[in-house]
Amino acid sequence: MTQSNTTWTDICDINDVPQNTGVCADFNGHQVAVFHIKNSANESLVKAVDNFDPYGKANVLSRGLISELDNEFYIASPLLKQLFNLDTGICAGDETVALKTFSVRLNDTTIQLGQ
Amino acid sequence: MEKQRVVVVGNGMVGHHFIDQLGNVSDGHHDIITFCEESRLAYDRVMLSSYFAGNTAEDLALTTPQAYDEAGVQYYINEQVTEIDRVGKTVTTNNGKTVPYDKLILATGSFPFVPPVPGREQPHIHVYRTIDDLDDISASAKSSKSGVVIGGGLLGLEAANCIKQLGLETHVVEFAPRLMAVQLDEDGGKLLRNKIEDLGVQVHTGKNTLEIVKGEESRYRMNFADGSHLETDIILFSAGIRPQDALAKTSDLTLGERGGIVINDQCQTNDPDVYAIGECALWDNKIFGLVAPGYAMAKAAVSHLTGGEKTFTGADMSTKLKLLGVEVASIGDAHGNTPNSQSYQLLDSAKGVYKRIVMSEDGKRLLGAVLVGDSSDYGQWLQLALNGIELTTPPECLLLPELDDSEGGSVGGGVDALPPTAQICSCYDVTKQDLCDAVVGGAQDIGAIKSCTSAGTGCGGCVPLVTQVMNSELEKLGVSVDSSICRHFEYSRAELFDIIRVKGIKDVDVLLKEHGTGDGCEICKPAIANIFASLWNDHILDEKLVGLQDTNDNFLGNMQKNGTYSVVPRIPGGEITPDHLILIGQIAKDFNLYTKITGGQRIDLFGAQLHELPTIWKRMVDAGLETGHAYGKSLRTVKSCVGSTWCRYGVQDSTSMAIFLEERYRGVRSPHKVKFGVSGCARECAEAQSKDFGVIATDNGWNLYVCGNGGMRPRHADLFASDIDDETLVRYIDIIYMFYVQTADRLQRTSVWMENLEGGLDYLKSVVFDDKLGINDVLLEQMKHLENTYQCEWKTAINDPQKLKRFNHFVNSDKKDNNIEFVTIRDQISPRSSAEESEAADELATEVV
Repeated sequence: MTQSNTTWTDICDINDVPQNTGVCADFNGHQVAVFHIKNSANESLVKAVDNFDPYGKANVLSRGLISELDNEFYIASPLLKQLFNLDTGICAGDETVALKTFSVRLNDTTIQLGQ
Repeated sequence: MEKQRVVVVGNGMVGHHFIDQLGNVSDGHHDIITFCEESRLAYDRVMLSSYFAGNTAEDLALTTPQAYDEAGVQYYINEQVTEIDRVGKTVTTNNGKTVPYDKLILATGSFPFVPPVPGREQPHIHVYRTIDDLDDISASAKSSKSGVVIGGGLLGLEAANCIKQLGLETHVVEFAPRLMAVQLDEDGGKLLRNKIEDLGVQVHTGKNTLEIVKGEESRYRMNFADGSHLETDIILFSAGIRPQDALAKTSDLTLGERGGIVINDQCQTNDPDVYAIGECALWDNKIFGLVAPGYAMAKAAVSHLTGGEKTFTGADMSTKLKLLGVEVASIGDAHGNTPNSQSYQLLDSAKGVYKRIVMSEDGKRLLGAVLVGDSSDYGQWLQLALNGIELTTPPECLLLPELDDSEGGSVGGGVDALPPTAQICSCYDVTKQDLCDAVVGGAQDIGAIKSCTSAGTGCGGCVPLVTQVMNSELEKLGVSVDSSICRHFEYSRAELFDIIRVKGIKDVDVLLKEHGTGDGCEICKPAIANIFASLWNDHILDEKLVGLQDTNDNFLGNMQKNGTYSVVPRIPGGEITPDHLILIGQIAKDFNLYTKITGGQRIDLFGAQLHELPTIWKRMVDAGLETGHAYGKSLRTVKSCVGSTWCRYGVQDSTSMAIFLEERYRGVRSPHKVKFGVSGCARECAEAQSKDFGVIATDNGWNLYVCGNGGMRPRHADLFASDIDDETLVRYIDIIYMFYVQTADRLQRTSVWMENLEGGLDYLKSVVFDDKLGINDVLLEQMKHLENTYQCEWKTAINDPQKLKRFNHFVNSDKKDNNIEFVTIRDQISPRSSAEESEAADELATEVV
């Protein structure tokens, strides 16, 4: 997929997502967990993965805790604490389990999901 | 191998220990029968004095009829063996029962010596030996104002403590010129006397009681040889013990000149099929009036019976104890009887501490010591004396470690100088080698060491030394004792707490930048949020804090398996008005929530969806209810009974106290959740002894218990203080609570915290009672700050649109989560997923079949 083919959908303003927390976006009928990370270099990053926790079997990942390990960001499930890499979607304890990831960007202060 | 019938006469501590040990190694080759002349099976006589401080007979019990039944031990209580037929090998009891034996164990113990003072056989004159004695003393106390203990030795002072706990004016009368003449020298005895008199116990030394006659002011008058007299209502004789050897005597077993059944190193009497162990036995012309040598005899006898080689070769009579709250210890040759030995003394009158050491002629080896007022050196010094370790520093460094400028400053080379055979725990006979083996075998924290070796679980006096041995061994194994909280901080939780407090840090970015690395993780972030809350008490959903919160704090509710939340309003002390009950019911009905009464005497409402939480809580708050902090690592509930307001037995108003405590400590965040219980009388209906803080009413105030736990690893709370008033109670809880908040590891309950606290309960007492660390003012101030800054987190949240924004399932739509479905079970909702799971499980089961 090239940049030019991507359709971007506005989700919300980044200021509506407190630093280092997530929200759940309704993206064409799909639940997407979108995270606003302020890293130690004071950069604002946005990440997006499926909101469904494959272990807990509930739509809760947007309410997890953002965790950094070796400069990679993970989301810890609020239910049973499995860690999922926010760039690859892969579960830290079991590489055979991966979340779907989504294209996401900041357009000025607007968070957008792409398809 | 044919079964051997082993009959044990006497079911005291030593008799029971023998049965216990034999059961461990016997493999069913022995039938064990025991006779107990008391009305209950073995109990902890060493802890007898705690009986009036709140411990019950059950607490003191070392075994139960059920345990004996399960172990196949036959027992007869209230039955005394009166005759031994050594030829026919049978014993006969006072009830006429005759039982054959192959091997006979005499563990008949001792009896209190009562000097032949005229007038001694009258009502309200007792001895101090059994629980039944204590019940009699307690009954006498009801009609008495004062009590005298005759005997100022170790047991006499314990007996004095019991008189004092019963609220009587207390006197100790001693024949010798000083207290504890066997263990202490003159200066030690003098200091002990001063300390005990400060506690309100009057001491009379050098008094020879001639007679007990009718008194003028009190029930009795004691006339002394020097012409003086003393009036009292109760008299306790505690003038020493004598071996209980009457049965042995009538059976023609060899006795010592002054009593005691003569035994060899295998603990056999002159009849090889009859053994004697404990205080009734005489070994090398010595009676051993302590429990540890008795246990050692029991082990030797078991070993001989089962073909082992363990023998009894004497025992060290060093002791460490607490008498009337004063620490006293004596080691080895405390009186300096060794020829040419040298003594060194330290007397600190200001602190009330006396220490004396007896050194070998060349000043290199410690032979004995006396400690009064502070016995913290006991463990280390005992090892130095027992193992004859050569000191690397001058003797005065033992008394004043500050003088020691050598590397490391550890006297005598520390624990590494101890030989592998050094006995570290005398209660359970655990050697240094045993501890090292346990560490190598994987027990690498003090809790694991305790459960694996039993070391430190008796009197607890050896725990500091056990910890040193463990750490030294861990170091040798190359296990660095890493207490870092996670990879972002090279600090333990307690260290982080200090850093944050001293530097006043309120921002996690600052903390990471100045004291850590990276961006933080799911381990350190909630721990830091928790420390911030314990110190600064800002709203946990404030912009800079919300990203640190763990699942439940994050949305002020406990997330359930399907992503919905529970709603738990605070119901202080479990007391609730009908209107509030109706309101809670109405809310549950309106939002279709599952309701359940909890163990903490409140009501949980389950199944609320994220977007419903603010509306539900607005209704709660508007009606005067507030958050119950069920989601926080903080005070949960204060369980109570109705106490003296309604109950026929209640002696204090436990409900009011419970409500007061719950409202005082609500919202205080701590390393883990904290539960309280307040019971209105000793029947303990609020189960306070299984709580982090347990408060039990007494006639005179409250008993405070600390660090109990129910749940997965139950722990009986420790009695911390007795008969204290409201103000003292709150002050103690304030200090202990904040000390726990400040020093515990993350997610460490108070029970585990206590087990890992170096020095244990005694140390905690010294922190609270003596302000040993000099931090009590700070701790009290911190608690005051938390009390003053309390807010109902939901009340604040529902009035803050910024915080409420997050309480929607979608950021860009008002739709609900369509994955949440419920089924109906017993007329209430239940998460759909559980039904699905059981269906899946059924399928799996079918496949397997």
